[in-house]
Amino acid sequence: MFYVVVAFLYVSILFYLLFGGADFGAGIIELFSRGSLKERTRLLTYQAIGPIWEANHMWLIIAIVILFVGFPEIYTFTSVYLHIPLSLLLVGIIARGTAFIFRHYDPVEDYFQKIYNAIFVYSSFMTPFFLGILAGTAISGRIDTEAQDFFSAYIQPWLGWFPVSVGLFTVVLCGFMAAVYLIGEANTVEDRDLFRQKAFRMNMLAVVSGALVFLVGELQGIRLFTELLSHPIGFIAMIAATLALPITWIMLRKKKVYWPRIMVGFQITMILLTLGASQHPDFIIFRNGAISLEGAAAGESTIFSLAMALLIGSLFILPALFYLIYSFQKQPVSVKKLN
Amino acid sequence: MDDLMAARSQMALSLGFHIIFACIGMIMPFFMAISHYKYLKTGKDKYKTLTKAWSKGVAIFFVTGAVSGTMLSFELGLLWPEFMKHAGPIFGMPFSLEGTAFFIEAIALGFYLYGWEKFRPWFHWFTGVVVGVSGLASGILVVAANAWMNSPAGFDYIDGQYLNIDPIAAMFNDAWFSQALHMILAAFVATGFAVAGIHAWMLTKGKNQEIHRSALKIALTLGAVAAILQPISGDISAKDVAERQPAKLAAMEAHYHTEKGAPLIIGGIPDEENKTVNYAIKIPGALSFLAHGDFEAEVIGLDQIPADEQPPVTVTHFAFQIMVACGMILMLTGITWLFGQWRKKSYIHHPSYLKLIAFLTPLGFIAVEAGWVVTEVGRQPWILHGIMKTEDAVTPMPGIVWSFILYSLIYISLAGIVSLLLYRQIKNLDKTKNEPFASNT
Repeated sequence: MFYVVVAFLYVSILFYLLFGGADFGAGIIELFSRGSLKERTRLLTYQAIGPIWEANHMWLIIAIVILFVGFPEIYTFTSVYLHIPLSLLLVGIIARGTAFIFRHYDPVEDYFQKIYNAIFVYSSFMTPFFLGILAGTAISGRIDTEAQDFFSAYIQPWLGWFPVSVGLFTVVLCGFMAAVYLIGEANTVEDRDLFRQKAFRMNMLAVVSGALVFLVGELQGIRLFTELLSHPIGFIAMIAATLALPITWIMLRKKKVYWPRIMVGFQITMILLTLGASQHPDFIIFRNGAISLEGAAAGESTIFSLAMALLIGSLFILPALFYLIYSFQKQPVSVKKLN
Repeated sequence: MDDLMAARSQMALSLGFHIIFACIGMIMPFFMAISHYKYLKTGKDKYKTLTKAWSKGVAIFFVTGAVSGTMLSFELGLLWPEFMKHAGPIFGMPFSLEGTAFFIEAIALGFYLYGWEKFRPWFHWFTGVVVGVSGLASGILVVAANAWMNSPAGFDYIDGQYLNIDPIAAMFNDAWFSQALHMILAAFVATGFAVAGIHAWMLTKGKNQEIHRSALKIALTLGAVAAILQPISGDISAKDVAERQPAKLAAMEAHYHTEKGAPLIIGGIPDEENKTVNYAIKIPGALSFLAHGDFEAEVIGLDQIPADEQPPVTVTHFAFQIMVACGMILMLTGITWLFGQWRKKSYIHHPSYLKLIAFLTPLGFIAVEAGWVVTEVGRQPWILHGIMKTEDAVTPMPGIVWSFILYSLIYISLAGIVSLLLYRQIKNLDKTKNEPFASNT
């Protein structure tokens, strides 16, 4: 049952990264688009994710609930030492979610639209950035539980080059996912080509920022690569993610729609696996110790009932979610009807 | 403001904000589904217009409720890590089930909001009902978790250790039923009267009579029925609190001295130093009767509670009085509405009556907020009744006051924008369909 819970935890994190990440990415693409493409991206985003975006963000709730019920030590440890980036993440989540809905449900078109749009695009950037920072800090060993002053206890751990590089990498990955996803959603051939171009650029950025994570890690004494060598699964995952790159390029060149999506999903899964496996069995590493999932797990009765709740829940959630995505893939929301 | 006070204020603000959106997000789908049902049955356009208008409200309130709920799931740890460390594994069961319910709600809402003319009509309608039912389930589950803090169960507390954890027993703690029932009814009352109030106000303006009248009928009828049932649920709650948390009941009633045949204290200003209540109406024996079903029964007063385990009396007492007063007003108004509907009386169309309903718009929510103050402040100084004190649960990180300021700014701006949107949506409803002036007012 322990492994059922762990599997659900990783699947929730992965799905949040994939679906929620693509949502964030759409905002990031909008942020870095100019002129009329900005407007078209905005409408396309609504058309593509309108019906499912709420569900996409539920994965975060599931992950958090699993953490605080099943692994309370991890939840409380991060809540205490990463209080500030977690709060900033929350600001991003709340700003983004509300701005996305508000801009479509405000019947009056005035300068408020500009405010909603600005909030939406900047929080779409900020939220995955802080998610990355949190992940980067958790594995960096920068948290000092014996720190004496406010700065070194609550700020220094996450305000460093390594967490920031992971944050940027996460942002770029989200943008990459969204660009690939939007190729298939675009209404015109020109737009498809534009998004394909963006996907290539984002992919280049992803390679650069991914390499940067390793580089900064090495410079800061976080030997990701060395760690990977001693964890074969992580190492294989990294190789697989790298090998998937040229295949993605070929598929993009051949103007395929679904294959690039599958390849991107595969790459993200492999990147998460690389990260998870390289730390195994630890989940959080701090200056003078580490917390593993096994070590932080709640008692047997809690894990059992949590696993049952998750299994039963997924019987309801997965078919419904699948049908939702399927229905709106078949018949997308028409943008005209919104106005 | 010290860190504990700041943390408590931030939590109170977050819960106080969330509960409004949670209530509306939980109850509005039912109104929407009823109106939609009437549309499918009668084919009248007014019901379709109303359903669509309400569904926009649901979308706005659902997203605000969802993000503020997401914030709460983090804030529990950000503010009360010591509590969550021990409590998480015990009272996590309702939260893990709530995760499912919430997820289903989000999926169903996706179907519903974007499903017009896409799905078979009754399937589309059914997804709207699912939104309501899963929202209600979420509400019950979260309240069950709160009830556990009032009525800890499902573990043995031995030498500071939490042993023999039974998450199912924790979920079905002694208080879950009375609290959940009271909250669900309160949500119906508050949302019903608030929605009815807005439509009554629109009716006095004389536009779109037909739509607003149908809206008023649906919302106020449900709100009125719930308002009449609420005192029964309140009585169950009171007896339950008297049994389990005598300190809370004593604070609610500002009942300082243990006595037999205790009077019910209505209103008044508690004098915490001299341990009396000034300017209050006292009904002899009534408190004994309400708490234990016997006019002569002994009711434990604050004098039997150690000084460091007494909740703040003035706040709890005032909040309780406000809740009961609002509830009574709404119940009486509800009776007049149901009677008027049943006997087809004309007074329910009178502008003054509509103005009264409009005036009562916020009352249900004032009662909900006051009720939460009663249950939360009345539990103090405990975060987990009789086991862990709030001051021992707070985060070690200093400077929580800054966090409180940040969250306050977020909630204030959100409240502002949501109000603006609502105002614009309501105005828009009148612009889209300008029906001729109806003559029945």
